[in-house]
Amino acid sequence: MLKTRHWIILILVGLLITACVPSSPSADTPVGDTANAQIEVKGSDTMVNLALAWAEAYQKENGNISISITGGGSGTGIAALLNNTVDIANASRRIKQEEIDQALSLGIEPYELIVASDAIAVIVNTSNPINHLTLQQVSDIYQGKYSNWQELGGEDRPIVRVSRETNSGTHVYFLETVLRLSNPENKSFFDPTTLLLPSSEGIIAEVRDNPNAIGYDGLGYVTPEVKVLGIKTNPESPIVFPSIDSVTQGTYAIARDLYVYTNGEPQDAIKAYLAWILSPAGQSIITDLGFVAITP
Amino acid sequence: MDTPFIPGPQQRKAQAIFSQAIEILITAVVKAMGYSAIVFVIMIFYFLMSEGIAAVGEVPLSVLFSARWYPIEGYYGILPLIGGSLLVTVGATLFAVPIGLATAIYISEIAPRWMREVLKPIIEILAGLPSVVLGFIGIIALAPQLRVLLDLPTGLTALAGSILLGLIAIPTIVSVAEDALDSVPRSYRDAALAIGATRWQTIMRVTLPAARSGVLTGVMLGVGRAIGETMTVMMVTGNAPVMVRSLSAILMPTRTMTATIAAEMGEVAKGSVHYHVLFLIGVILFLISLIVNIIASAMVFRVKKRAERILS
Repeated sequence: MLKTRHWIILILVGLLITACVPSSPSADTPVGDTANAQIEVKGSDTMVNLALAWAEAYQKENGNISISITGGGSGTGIAALLNNTVDIANASRRIKQEEIDQALSLGIEPYELIVASDAIAVIVNTSNPINHLTLQQVSDIYQGKYSNWQELGGEDRPIVRVSRETNSGTHVYFLETVLRLSNPENKSFFDPTTLLLPSSEGIIAEVRDNPNAIGYDGLGYVTPEVKVLGIKTNPESPIVFPSIDSVTQGTYAIARDLYVYTNGEPQDAIKAYLAWILSPAGQSIITDLGFVAITP
Repeated sequence: MDTPFIPGPQQRKAQAIFSQAIEILITAVVKAMGYSAIVFVIMIFYFLMSEGIAAVGEVPLSVLFSARWYPIEGYYGILPLIGGSLLVTVGATLFAVPIGLATAIYISEIAPRWMREVLKPIIEILAGLPSVVLGFIGIIALAPQLRVLLDLPTGLTALAGSILLGLIAIPTIVSVAEDALDSVPRSYRDAALAIGATRWQTIMRVTLPAARSGVLTGVMLGVGRAIGETMTVMMVTGNAPVMVRSLSAILMPTRTMTATIAAEMGEVAKGSVHYHVLFLIGVILFLISLIVNIIASAMVFRVKKRAERILS
């Protein structure tokens, strides 16, 4: 008998508690709204902050649209698009031919759109006396041809190479453009001792704390706690530091486009969203975050 | 109306049959639950195999057993990953077993009662620490310290991973080993002390050997915990797929099998070669922990048989 009474009390308390919880905000949205849409975006970690800023501004203007953003890397985003689990894949590199083939075999037609540009900064610890390197030197460092900063005119310290994981578009771009100097015949690799860190924050943290380290990251992620190196395309060319201006003028060597991919030509809500991203409203957000807008 | 119901012989018989049926039913359910663990393990293994075995056909063995892991260009050498996992696990074992055992002996044999009441919960809190928190501590505090202390190029090394995995394994070792030591009958210790053995001799020659099977189980469970741990190693070992060639590799970055699966599983398209190879790594990981467990139970079994022989 006592047990039953306990149960009743429990249920009553439970009801009281649930009654106190405010009803979920989704109940407030007017019924019968036609353009309620949910857009799933996944991909490049470089673009995550940008995508979040876009989504936030766009949702403020269009209350009936909800956009969810996740990172994970460009490869992850494209894989998700191939597995048909997202509407938009962000990528900081162009989709590979194998991925296109795979997509077609899975019945997905990747549709490409360039939404912004980005400079990749080569960074070292603030105590490193080196201020600039040539593209060739950066390539040789990452291939393991240099092992001590002394060989490059720095202090007598071992070089610790820091990179993003292989699922990062930044990793692939850096491999193709810097390590292999944009030469498709070149089959050099990252030195196997290169640290592969899972996040941009991890790279910044290691370079900030370790005077031996050299790393690279999207300009939007670089903090004042690390030193950005100037890059010379050739030994004779001028030293160029990454900035919005040097990318727009095309003088900085390590700059790339940022892409979004959809399955087939975008329709309805996704189409409107992407059009807004390319509009002045969307592009002005890009500059605020340290990326480079594409529409002049 | 309120007269109690008195069962006649007929009802009593029916009741007996009914309770017997219930008995059989409950036994069957409990049995099914017991077997379900085996079924789950077999199902998991079957799933891993069905996804992973394709890799053996798709990737030549000479590539699979090479020293380069660079999956985005078709280099699927898994040797550095196996070496990395073993290196970090062995390091963690070397770190955790002495500390874990000493702690267990202290708590069970030496510490006063109040100390024991304080120590046990604290160690259990250590067991409850999420591994991502440990990894975070590793990046912020441990790795920079290691770099300065040992004058290494970078602190993100197998050693950092070993120490943190050791911290994860210690609570398991302590609590299982302590329970085993605690269950050694008081009379064993009394007998040893009575014939003039010191406290240390009693612990080393009587209590510890008597509790050996439980202690070994604790160590193996701890090692099993360490080899499967992912988040911490991914954060602190630097993830460089370097081939392990000598013991000095403990001071260099390394990449474990678990970290590789965790870092790359999200990127692969379902059904690709890379996807199959990652599952193959899962199969290898599964086999390694299976072997650890088999060795552990074989050792425990042998010890038991020996103990029985001595006692009889």
